[in-house]
Amino acid sequence: MSNELIPSDNSAIPVHAPRATDINPKAEKRAEQQVAILFALSGIGSLLLIYSYIYVANDVFIFIPIMGDQNAQQLGIGIGMAMSLFFLGIAAIHWAKTLMSDKEVVNHRHEFRSSDSDREEFVKTVKEGVAGVELGRRKLIKRSLGAALALFALPPVLLLRDLGPLPKKQLETTNWKAGTRLVTDPGNRPILASDLEVGAVVQVLPAVEHPDERALSDIAKDPVLLIRLRPEDFQLTPQKFAMTHDGIIAFSKICSHMGCAVALYEQQTKHLLCPCHQSTFDVTRGAKVIFGPAARPLPQLDITVDAQGYLVARAAFNEPVGPSFWERNSQ
Amino acid sequence: MTSVENKLGNAANFVDERIGAAGWVKKSLNKVFPDHWSFMLGEVCMYSFIILLLSGTFLTFWFDPSQRDVIYQGVYEPLKGLKMSAAYASTLDISFEVRGGLLMRQIHHWAANIFMAAIVAHLLRVFFTGAFRKPREFNWILGILLLTLGFVEGLFGYSLPDDLLSGTGLRITSAIIQAIPVVGTYISFFLFGGAFPGVGFIPRIFTLHVLLIPGAFLAVITIHVMLVWYQKHTQFPGVGRTEKNVVGHPILPVYMAKAGGFFFVVFGVIAFLSAVASINPIWLYGPYTPGQISAGSQPDWYMGWLDGLVRMAPPLETHAFGHTISWNILIPALIVPGIVFTGMALYPFIESWITGDKREHHLLDRPRNVPNRTALGVMSVTFVMVALINGGNDILATNFALSINQIMWFSRIGIFVLPPLAFVITKRLCLSLQRADRDLLLHGTETGRLLRLPHGEFVEVHAPISAEKAFILQSHEQSAALEIDDVDSRGVRRPGSIKNKLQRRLSKAHAVAVPKVTEQELKEIEHH
Ligand code: HEM
Ligand code: FES
Repeated sequence: MSNELIPSDNSAIPVHAPRATDINPKAEKRAEQQVAILFALSGIGSLLLIYSYIYVANDVFIFIPIMGDQNAQQLGIGIGMAMSLFFLGIAAIHWAKTLMSDKEVVNHRHEFRSSDSDREEFVKTVKEGVAGVELGRRKLIKRSLGAALALFALPPVLLLRDLGPLPKKQLETTNWKAGTRLVTDPGNRPILASDLEVGAVVQVLPAVEHPDERALSDIAKDPVLLIRLRPEDFQLTPQKFAMTHDGIIAFSKICSHMGCAVALYEQQTKHLLCPCHQSTFDVTRGAKVIFGPAARPLPQLDITVDAQGYLVARAAFNEPVGPSFWERNSQ
Repeated sequence: MTSVENKLGNAANFVDERIGAAGWVKKSLNKVFPDHWSFMLGEVCMYSFIILLLSGTFLTFWFDPSQRDVIYQGVYEPLKGLKMSAAYASTLDISFEVRGGLLMRQIHHWAANIFMAAIVAHLLRVFFTGAFRKPREFNWILGILLLTLGFVEGLFGYSLPDDLLSGTGLRITSAIIQAIPVVGTYISFFLFGGAFPGVGFIPRIFTLHVLLIPGAFLAVITIHVMLVWYQKHTQFPGVGRTEKNVVGHPILPVYMAKAGGFFFVVFGVIAFLSAVASINPIWLYGPYTPGQISAGSQPDWYMGWLDGLVRMAPPLETHAFGHTISWNILIPALIVPGIVFTGMALYPFIESWITGDKREHHLLDRPRNVPNRTALGVMSVTFVMVALINGGNDILATNFALSINQIMWFSRIGIFVLPPLAFVITKRLCLSLQRADRDLLLHGTETGRLLRLPHGEFVEVHAPISAEKAFILQSHEQSAALEIDDVDSRGVRRPGSIKNKLQRRLSKAHAVAVPKVTEQELKEIEHH
């Protein structure tokens, strides 16, 4: 562009304005002192860290406005460390900005594409090298190589086989069987139907011989929520109604979406809510999903009472509990 | 010569006589780095990674990555006597019995959050300024890889302490794996060493978290930085800056001192945050047990948008031929993120296909000058933000007295409506900014001074803008849309007419711009 208004593309970079520290010895001296002070602050931080580590007990708490009670040792070590690092960095930057030479310079770029002759030669070398292998001519080698490579890929996958057991029926089954007593969790006490008042919610597990030794993988699928309503509150199919006992209904506590514990029960609405993604289940309608991403109701456990009046399962769950999986074979 | 210089000289001589490095090192030390605040974002990523390595190694000295049951006997009273995993117990010990241990845990966790935030900010800088264009596509893809690795590394790290919150995260992870058709159940059993929660997951992800993934990070970061070095940094347009040069400070001494200092500043800020701001107080959550849950479960922020997508998914499952496919999990947790990440990785090639531009670019774009790309970026950010908002719907609901239903429906509709809206608004905004640039060039800035003309009229005095500024406003190039005919020069129909049509349309949309000031116009102004 010939126009004077706008500089042209390859004009030189504008000359750099000198800094105060470049022309004024006093400013230079001041900057030097500032850098020294910053380094000193860093040193003080390190000392604070060392002091707090050695001399402050770890059960001393001090009150700091806004933050509340703070552990003095952790705070001292932390603030000391922060100071020692931060001021070291600031000192270096300040030094660079005020005192080191700050002239901008220009580097030139080259195109990354190689020259045509280099490229041609490269292609030629590769072609010659490949031709030397003569894979086209040696059919036998070509085929056996292919077969060997295909087999070669299998062992690495196979070697990972012992990472875990096969799923078998583990996702389809729980420890609930016909006649299993419901016991409270925590507490491990059997429950009389008459113990539950209308509106009560109790978390239960299947009674086992050694309740202290339950595997976590069992606790991941066995928990059940017992809720007592008035029998007339239910709007259930006769089939599902028959699975309740005197207004007591039992659902798997493991969310049918992704397996979180469905832990929140709202008395007024009689809704169960999963805190993970807010799937909401209507207890009166057999834990039908009324909101959220879950696609299935919570599985219902068929319950009754045994000879002593304790609540027991009448049958195992009639569908897998918890999140879906490929092999799951029911609606 | 001072004695320090003497010694340095001797050392350099010693090395050079053995490996002949002087030539190469001299060339490297002459590299110049252009200055701009946004170029520090990548540095923050690298520094927080180093901080993660240091603080993480400290934690490994005490952390016991085992799911073996222990009875807690440490100093934290509320949990005394409780059964828990050794992993959880050792994390309690680090927090309460190792001096500076809680600080290091908090440094590690804060650094992880800042690491991810810096990666995202860096990525946005690179995107909006067009720094990903040829020849830097490799580095763009490596960046996406680092982002992806970061998600996995963060999820694993977060899960190591085996507290109630992180265990819930693992429950969800296992459900996502189980949802994969055909092989999901098997993969889940193998990874966890049995039915969830299994016996092996914590020790296994520990190895991945402290060895394999950091190793991969280190390798990729090294290549990433070496490519920046080799290809030289991009620069913003300015007087004297061209596609053929790079203007800035040489590596010694200014750049080195500033960058080195900046590392300590980042470390210092993270240490300060960790000293005063609690993060992940695992002792409040209790040990993991699958039958319980803490209300308001929240993942780290960078996972929040995925959680939000999962929350807003419609309740869809297919049951057929004895099998179940969970669309409500597959779509939000695997398919959508898969599309987003693949799209991001391919974007440089998509854009160059649209513009037909196969040249090298070393001068950065001002975002307003490429309205289509800028609008696409804002659209994507809007998408993630809507998802993120929905990921915090329970927290928003309690804090702002809204119902979760309202927020959920806002998000379900918003995720389709708001991103396109953001696109349209951004594009218009870019064009208005271009128009403003044009006005600035033609009429200068308003000075606020009024002038009374001889015949009584008042006009405002406009001051012309500086030559440097004018250069920046005028230096971008505007290329026309691609001309793609359906028939070739011999009148034969070209194959792929739908593809051509798409390319023509996109290219046209991409080329929309407010015309630059022409020389003619400038001359006319001058003569006034
Ligand atoms: C590079 C990216 C990394 C990210 C994003 C990351 C992220 C995390 C996160 C979020 C946690 C949970 C922290 C807590 O609240 O306790 C964690 C824990 C942990 N990380 Fe990392 N980390 C990274 C690298 C490393 C490295 C390189 C090491 C070791 C060489 C390491 C060792 C550990 C250990 C031992 C724990 C568990 C101890 C504890 O939680 O107290 N990490 N990580
Ligand atoms: S796990 Fe219950 S809603 Fe997702």
